[in-house]
Amino acid sequence: MATQTTVSETGNSFVATAYRQVAPEALFAYPITPQTTIVEEFARYVANGKVKTEYVTVESEHSAMSACIGSAAAGARTMTATSSQGLAYMWEELPIAAGLRLPIVMVNTNRAIGAPINIHCDHSDVMAARDLGWVILFAENAQEAYDHTIMAIRIAEENDLPVMPSLDGFITTHSISRGEIMDDETVTKFVGVHQPKHSMLDSDNPTMVGGFSTLGNTYMNIKKALRDAIDASLPSIKSIGDEWAAQTGRSFDHVETFGMEDADEAILVLGSAAGNVRAVTRKLRGEGRKVGMVKLRTYRPFPAAELADVLKGCKSVAVLDRSDSYGAIAGPLAIDTMAALFKAGVDVKVRPYIYGLGGADVKLEFIESVYDDLADLSDGGLNPGLTYLGI
Amino acid sequence: MANIKEYTKLPQRLSGGHRLCGGCGASIAVRQVLMGAGESDVIASCATGCLEVSTTIYPYSSWDGSFIHNAFGNSAATMSGVEAAFKGLQAAGRIPADKDVKFVAFGGDGGTYDIGLQSLSGAMERGHDMVYVCYDNGAYMNTGIQRSSATPQNAWATTSEVGSAKDGKIQHRKDLTSIMADHRIPYVAQASVGYWKDLVEKAEKAFNTPGPAFINIMAPCPRGWRTKSEDTAELARLAVDTGFWPSFEVVDGKWKLTMPAKIKKDGLKPVEEFLKPQGRFKHLFKPGNEELLVNAQKSVDDYYAYILKRCEEE
Repeated sequence: MATQTTVSETGNSFVATAYRQVAPEALFAYPITPQTTIVEEFARYVANGKVKTEYVTVESEHSAMSACIGSAAAGARTMTATSSQGLAYMWEELPIAAGLRLPIVMVNTNRAIGAPINIHCDHSDVMAARDLGWVILFAENAQEAYDHTIMAIRIAEENDLPVMPSLDGFITTHSISRGEIMDDETVTKFVGVHQPKHSMLDSDNPTMVGGFSTLGNTYMNIKKALRDAIDASLPSIKSIGDEWAAQTGRSFDHVETFGMEDADEAILVLGSAAGNVRAVTRKLRGEGRKVGMVKLRTYRPFPAAELADVLKGCKSVAVLDRSDSYGAIAGPLAIDTMAALFKAGVDVKVRPYIYGLGGADVKLEFIESVYDDLADLSDGGLNPGLTYLGI
Repeated sequence: MANIKEYTKLPQRLSGGHRLCGGCGASIAVRQVLMGAGESDVIASCATGCLEVSTTIYPYSSWDGSFIHNAFGNSAATMSGVEAAFKGLQAAGRIPADKDVKFVAFGGDGGTYDIGLQSLSGAMERGHDMVYVCYDNGAYMNTGIQRSSATPQNAWATTSEVGSAKDGKIQHRKDLTSIMADHRIPYVAQASVGYWKDLVEKAEKAFNTPGPAFINIMAPCPRGWRTKSEDTAELARLAVDTGFWPSFEVVDGKWKLTMPAKIKKDGLKPVEEFLKPQGRFKHLFKPGNEELLVNAQKSVDDYYAYILKRCEEE
């Protein structure tokens, strides 16, 4: 019988608890703000005998992911956590983890990439890793970060894909919030024991990992298999989310909405700013405005059809990106959304915004101004294109 | 193990038919190192390079046992992950506590002295029970003979050209073996494929040492050195005999000279004997470049004196 305990903890503490409950056989840790308190709390669990994990303090993020790849190829349940420059530093290893189809789970605490150096939240780190074959989840709050971390183990091991649950730096990682922690036994049962299909440690079936793929079309065939796997993971993520929801009572959807049943104008957002958008949406709906909000919990694979379906009744939609794609027509989420709408044949006006870079304030009046912009757009006003919000 | 007959009875862990050149020192280094593992299972990793691309052409593998290639600068970190997984799986009761596996990471000098130095240093400092083997042929041979920090001073390479204004590589080579010894890990050795018995014995010690071990191996490259394939073993011996590549080991911090007995007795051969057969040094023997040869001899003399001092000899 699943038993949950209500706690008030930081987002990182929720994540560290999930790591303890998941109990990976190997964890590779390198400190970077604002991820540090995850690996610090886990170190205390190791020191106090709460987990038997082989806890390895590597000398860099490049080595963290390199060692994760060796560990996962050896058949161990393998985890790490990172942020920002650390994610950038291990970039070389990210497509290798995916190309080798290794079920590594790495929480990313979303933080701006330099320059200029900045330690606060945006999505420029995680977005630079979006096209490499990793499953990427965005949490709005500590509770979702906890749930995603536990789900990620199953998603990774059932789809042979690396998974990156993300939560917003400081806003979610360091704020104390209220939420529910599942009992250890239920989590243990939910994640099960990792049964790798191949292990370098299987002496009877030695395996070559990472051979030189140059004969015939082996490289392209392997890359096609990765594309098929990440596409196929979309229903798998949903069903794992549903199975976890049956234990927790907290639903999971790739695309979550508020007020979208009759909205003319909608705002699409990822991560913690969904809270700001929801608050403004609720207020304006109270005043009789037909507005709605949409947030994605699954970003890769991109739930394009579901998103297009949710937006199809709107006149206009604003897409809020917390990172830019310099030189492209908009930020990454906006580009994905426009493509999804085009593919589905849904004719909705899209206005792209960039907000909150390097932890810049996301004031409620900014969100309200976006809804005003959209109302004008719905009425035939000009779409000025990419707009930096609040400056 | 003591004699060549007994070594020939050991499993052949790098099968023939790989695509390395005739006379390649790297393949000889691998075969001799893996003989040191006796009958144990061996899991190997390799940095991107000639050894990797020529022995693991998917779906074929020349390696007897599991093998992993990850990227260029992380052979050590990758193998440290395999070794950590082994420990973690043992702690979880998923694999037997008495399972006998040896972990070995290979890299060339580019993948070890240069791009992989941090990864190597980290893995050794953390104390993983693994052996790291550098096969040093003194340049980035796989990409076409570019200079590395292991390239000898004044050697020609495609990024340290010889011309009217330059005499090949300007800088001294890095002394990686001493750097690794200064990590105070339990076993460090320098060896050469030309002295197979010494090398296999050092590999055996490395594999049987609990914790991290490092072996730096002189492994000539006929293509990059501009030498004949059949001269590899002789050149590898001359590297030692001239003191260009002193043979020594460091066991628990104690340095010990392991030079061939005849060299210990008769003294070093002139470094010219090592340099002259190599096309990459041919400009050293041109009239007007006598000073370069004098410098080469002085550089070797200084390094050998330093090694003798650390070994508390002379």
